[in-house]
Amino acid sequence: MYENYKDLAKRIRKDCLHMVHVGQSGHIGSMLSAADMMAVLYGGGFVKVDPKNPKAPDRDRFILSKGHAGAVVYATLTELGFFPKEWMDTYYCDNGKLMGHISHYVPGVEYSTGSLGHGLNVCVGMALAAKEKGEKHKIYCMMSDGDCNEGSTWEAFLFAGQHHLENLIAIVDYNRIQALGFSKDICDLGDFATKVATFGWATKTVDGHDFMDLENTFKALPLEPGKPTFIVANTIKGKGVSFLENTVASHYWHLTEEQKLEAYRELGVEE
Amino acid sequence: MRKIFNETLLKIAEKDPRIHLVLADIGYGEIEGFARKFPERYYNCGVMEQHMTGVACGLAMEGNIAVTYSIANFPTLRCLEQIRNDVCYHNANVKIVNIGGGVSYGPLGVSHHSTEDIAILRALPNMVVVVPCDLQEAEAATYAVFDYEGPVFYRCGYKNEKDIHHRPFKFELGKAITVEDGDDCTLIFCGPIGFEAQKAVEAAREKGINCRLISMHTIKPIDKEAILKAAKETGKIITLEEHNLAGGLGSAVAEVLADEGCLDVKFRRMALPDVNVHEVGSQQWLREFYHIAAPDIEKTILEICGK
Repeated sequence: MYENYKDLAKRIRKDCLHMVHVGQSGHIGSMLSAADMMAVLYGGGFVKVDPKNPKAPDRDRFILSKGHAGAVVYATLTELGFFPKEWMDTYYCDNGKLMGHISHYVPGVEYSTGSLGHGLNVCVGMALAAKEKGEKHKIYCMMSDGDCNEGSTWEAFLFAGQHHLENLIAIVDYNRIQALGFSKDICDLGDFATKVATFGWATKTVDGHDFMDLENTFKALPLEPGKPTFIVANTIKGKGVSFLENTVASHYWHLTEEQKLEAYRELGVEE
Repeated sequence: MRKIFNETLLKIAEKDPRIHLVLADIGYGEIEGFARKFPERYYNCGVMEQHMTGVACGLAMEGNIAVTYSIANFPTLRCLEQIRNDVCYHNANVKIVNIGGGVSYGPLGVSHHSTEDIAILRALPNMVVVVPCDLQEAEAATYAVFDYEGPVFYRCGYKNEKDIHHRPFKFELGKAITVEDGDDCTLIFCGPIGFEAQKAVEAAREKGINCRLISMHTIKPIDKEAILKAAKETGKIITLEEHNLAGGLGSAVAEVLADEGCLDVKFRRMALPDVNVHEVGSQQWLREFYHIAAPDIEKTILEICGK
């Protein structure tokens, strides 16, 4: 199973590199840090969705609140068959099929974001709706460090704990870098899991690149009955490509052809 | 007006289990009926307008109708990006209700005036903007708003609004209502300030001027037909609103006239000037101070008619 995750994550990374190169666009660091989690969430069937019935009422909802990393979701969804792989050749391009920030006009994408601090609030509304009706699907929100600077995100932390939304799972891709620098130098989130635990959430800190850790965590959801789940996934921005790893520059990096090929070589994939 | 809105909402919610009320800790003395009757469809988020709007959108994405409700600018400008990116972009069935449109909360000050909301909300794709003028219209508008599927901004009055409509009318979103007939000029208004317009029109009539009076309760989509008909038949149009001069009803009417080439129409906009309303006073006092109460409206009618 872990080999499957590894292969899927590798393909997701390659597709992200391809897309940002085609589009000459940024945010590759934020995509690569989330790729392993996407491989487990979707590849492991933890986010239950059906490409043949994308709007099935009992599907799990997944909202990428860090919408700038939309390509990591596109790469995952095309692997599952939601839309043709050729669409990736048009990412960020004129008359393209795939917008830079994640768009619900793409089959399989639940919700559009791009401005930070929107996803978790909407997930809370969806979680309330499911709870009211006794529906069993889960609502996942993937967030970023920068997302957790936004006051609206903390409004959602407060409210979800108050309302015991155990069908809600927030995962922070905690790569510790945001647009202008290291998050500890900008607005230090410190012991993040403990902070959110005081808001009434069940929390766990995991290695966001360790397939076994991720799988075991997702298998155990909800972490505690009657509480929303908050997972701090320690990740490395730009993971898998040495010249991008743990760099602030990877947020806005535009890959040259040579850099893309070098990244492919490091990943062990071919064009 | 807030009372009739809440009473009507309650009646509609009794029949439609999709309706949820999502608050940001505002509505004392008005929302308790809903909270008692439908506790499972009532959420007070606490003082969190951004979260209120996000939650409402999430509820609506799951097939519900969510109402966000607060006073003045709180449910609109405080959470404008949530309205734009969440509600409008996803065309979510969220009804955004503000209580106290314009300077209803006069002496509370600038923070509690909603004097730019029409301009800002009507610029958002998918948004319908409704500004009822009296209790009858407010009730009819509430039913129409909940029959309509999609985002709506319902700019509600506060209390003690006077009746404007004195004959039966059919309310339809996007279709203006002619309150008084007349062929000498036309006064198009939105909201409870229409009562001032009505007084002015009556006074002008006593001086021999028959001014058509139109309630443009839906600013978006606007009733182009009623505007063009008025332009053609009366040749003179005055707009009146309790809103900043920029971007509101007057601008919307001017856009129609300009787009349709009606450039020979005599046209005046009456609105609040482009200032922060920092003077202290009641709604009526502020209307008079800023020359949008009956005496100044009458003067404008006489002036545009060359009297």
